[in-house]
Amino acid sequence: MATLEIKGLHVEIEGKEILKGVDLTINTNEIHAIMGPNGTGKSTLAQAIMGHPKYEVTAGTVTLDGEDVLDMEVDERARAGIFLGMQYPSEITGVTNADFLRSGINAKREEGDEISLMKFIRELDSKMEFLEMDEDMATRYLNEGFSGGEKKRNEILQLLMLKPTFAILDEIDSGLDIDALKVVSKGINDMRGEEFGCLIITHYQRLLDYITPDHVHVMMQGKVVRSGGAELAHKLEEQGYDWIKEELGIEDETVGQEV
Amino acid sequence: MTVETKVALTEQDVRSYSAQMNEASWMADFRADALAKVEQLAMPKPDKTKIDKWNFTEFPIHAVESSTYTSLDKLPEEALALIDIEQQKTIYVQHNNTPAFLSVSDELKEQGVIMTDIFTASREHSDLVKKYFMADGVKVDEHKLTALHAALMNGGVFVYIPKNVVVVEPLQVLFLHDDAQASLFNHVLVVAEANSSVTYVENYLSTVEEAAGLANIVAEVFTGDNAKITYGAVDVLAAGFTTYVNRRGVTGRDSRIEWALGLMNDSDTIAENITHLVGNGSSCDLKTVVVGRGNQRQNFTSEIVHFGLDTDAFILKHGVMKDAASSIFNGIGRIVKGATRSNAVQESRVLMLSEKARGDANPILLIDEDDVTAGHAASVGRVDPLQLFYLMSRGITKHEAERLVIHGFLAPVVSKLPIEGVKKQLTEVIERKVR
Repeated sequence: MATLEIKGLHVEIEGKEILKGVDLTINTNEIHAIMGPNGTGKSTLAQAIMGHPKYEVTAGTVTLDGEDVLDMEVDERARAGIFLGMQYPSEITGVTNADFLRSGINAKREEGDEISLMKFIRELDSKMEFLEMDEDMATRYLNEGFSGGEKKRNEILQLLMLKPTFAILDEIDSGLDIDALKVVSKGINDMRGEEFGCLIITHYQRLLDYITPDHVHVMMQGKVVRSGGAELAHKLEEQGYDWIKEELGIEDETVGQEV
Repeated sequence: MTVETKVALTEQDVRSYSAQMNEASWMADFRADALAKVEQLAMPKPDKTKIDKWNFTEFPIHAVESSTYTSLDKLPEEALALIDIEQQKTIYVQHNNTPAFLSVSDELKEQGVIMTDIFTASREHSDLVKKYFMADGVKVDEHKLTALHAALMNGGVFVYIPKNVVVVEPLQVLFLHDDAQASLFNHVLVVAEANSSVTYVENYLSTVEEAAGLANIVAEVFTGDNAKITYGAVDVLAAGFTTYVNRRGVTGRDSRIEWALGLMNDSDTIAENITHLVGNGSSCDLKTVVVGRGNQRQNFTSEIVHFGLDTDAFILKHGVMKDAASSIFNGIGRIVKGATRSNAVQESRVLMLSEKARGDANPILLIDEDDVTAGHAASVGRVDPLQLFYLMSRGITKHEAERLVIHGFLAPVVSKLPIEGVKKQLTEVIERKVR
C-alpha cells in the first residue's frame, strides 16, 4: 500500500494565500472526492501537489510514502507516481500525442529499457479504443484543436497509459456531455485497485454517480471543512452547501481571487 | 583549376577564370561587365541590420581545387548521412568549388531533364542559361553583392525540366565545404517549363569548424505556366563565413513555388528569399526555420510580390534564438496595383531561449490594390512555462520537455522537407544547435 499525505498545507498565488492548512491522507485502493463551490481552493490543492510554477507552498508538507514531494521537481513527482489530470491541458504544436505519451512512458524507465514501439502502439490502440477515441488523435499535435471533451478524454488516456500510483483529477468532468462523462468514468474505474489511489476534484455530484468514492471531502475557505463517505456527496446533491456554511458560521466560502 | 591568391581581382582575372572553367564565351563578358559595376554599386540595406562593418568583399582565395569523387560512397561520413545511396539516382556534389560528382538517371536524361554544374551548363546549354542567368530573376546591378556574385561566381548548378515532364524523385544537390580558405560564390538556376514539376533539395554542409571565406550565394527559380517547383534547402555553413544568400523565384501563369528552407548557418548571415508572382493565378508557399546561437547576427527577409491577378502567397517563419544570437525577421507581402483578388498571408514566430538572445519579427504589408485579402501574425516569446509544466507533469525532464517544445515549434517546416535524409539531418542540426 502507498500513501499520499498532505499536512497543514498553506499555498499562495501571487502573494495571496489560497490554502490555509489542508490535511488529507489518500491511500491506494481509495477514491477520494473533493467537492465544494467554485473558488474554495480545490484546484489550487491539485496544482500545488503537482508543483505548478505559480503556486508557492508557504507551510505544510506533502509526502508520498514518507518521501518529501515538495522537494521534488515536477517531473520527479510524476516519476514518483503522481499524476495530475488537468482542467486546462496545454496545447503543444508539432509534438504528436503519440510521441508525447511515449516520452512520458520512457521517462519512467531506465535508459536502454524503453518501451518497444510495437508494444507501445498495441497498448495505445487498445486504450484509445477503450476510451472510444478516434485513431487520428494519436497522430494529431498534443491537444491542438481538440474540443473540450477530446482534451479530457486525452487526459484519461494519459492516465491509463502512464499508470500512476496516485491520480489527481481536476474537474475532469467539466464541459463533458453525458456520453463523454461515462467514457471518462469508465477509464477511471478501470484504474481502480490496490495499486491505485485517486483524488477527484469536482463541484458536480453527477461524476460520482459513475464513480463511487470511498471518501468525500468538502473544501471551503482554503480548508477541508467536512469529510465523510459517499453519502456526504448525496446529501450535498440534495441540500447544497448552505447547511455546512450554516453549521460552520461561514458567510463567504471563497478564498483569495481564485475562480 | 588554378589557385587564385589575390584579393582584389581584375577583369583579366575573371576572364581567365572563365576560360579555365571552359565557360561559354558570353560568360566572360558577363563577368567582366559585372566586375566593372561592383565599385559603383551600393551595398544592400537589409532592414534593421547594420552591415557596414561586415566583410562581404575580402576573402583569401577566389577558388580552391578540391578532389572529385568517383562514387558516392567515397564521400565523408557527414555527407553520406544526407544521401540514400541506393535510391538517389540524380545527384550533384560540389566539393568546395570543384564539381565533384554527377549522376542523372537514364530516365530523366531521356526525358530531356538537365542537371549539371553551372560551368558546363553555360557551355553545353548556352542559350538556355543565357536566357535565365541573372536576367529576369536576380539582376546584376541590384547592389554591390549581386554584381560581385556575377563577376566571381565559382560554382553552382543548372537544373532544367522540359515541358510536360513530371519528375517524381527529388533531385539532390550537396555543396560540401571542408576547406577553411574556400569562398562560395555559388549560382543555382532551376527552370521548370510549362506543365512540368520537380522537387529540388540542396544542402550546404561545412565540415570545418571555422571558415575564413565568403559565401555569396544566388539561386534563381523559374516556373513556366502551370509548373511546380518544390525547393528544399538546409544551410549549415560554418562560423567565420560572412554569408549573403539570395534565393529568388519567378512564377508563370497558374504555377507554384514552394520553399522549405532550414537556415542553420553558424555564420553571420543576410538571407533574402523573394518570389515574384508574375503569372496570373500563381502561388507561393514559403516556409523557413532558423536557429541562431552564439553571437551570431542574422537578417532574414522573406518577401512575396504579387504582380499577377488571383495570386496567392503564404509565408511561415519560425525562429529559435539562444545565447546572445540576434536575428531580424522581415516578412513582406507586397501587392502591386492591378494584382486583383490577390491574397497575402504571413506568420512569424520567434522563440527566445535566453535573456541575451534577440529576435525581431517585422511583418510588413505593402498593398497598392483594393480588391485583395491579406493578413499577418507575429509573435516573439519565451518557452511557455505552462507547456513545460504540462510535459513535466508526465515525468518528462525539463531538458527533454524543452527539446520537445522547440522541435514542435520548428516541425511545421521540418516536416515539409521532401528528402528523408535531409529531414533527419535538419532535425539533428536543430538538436545540436539548441542543446
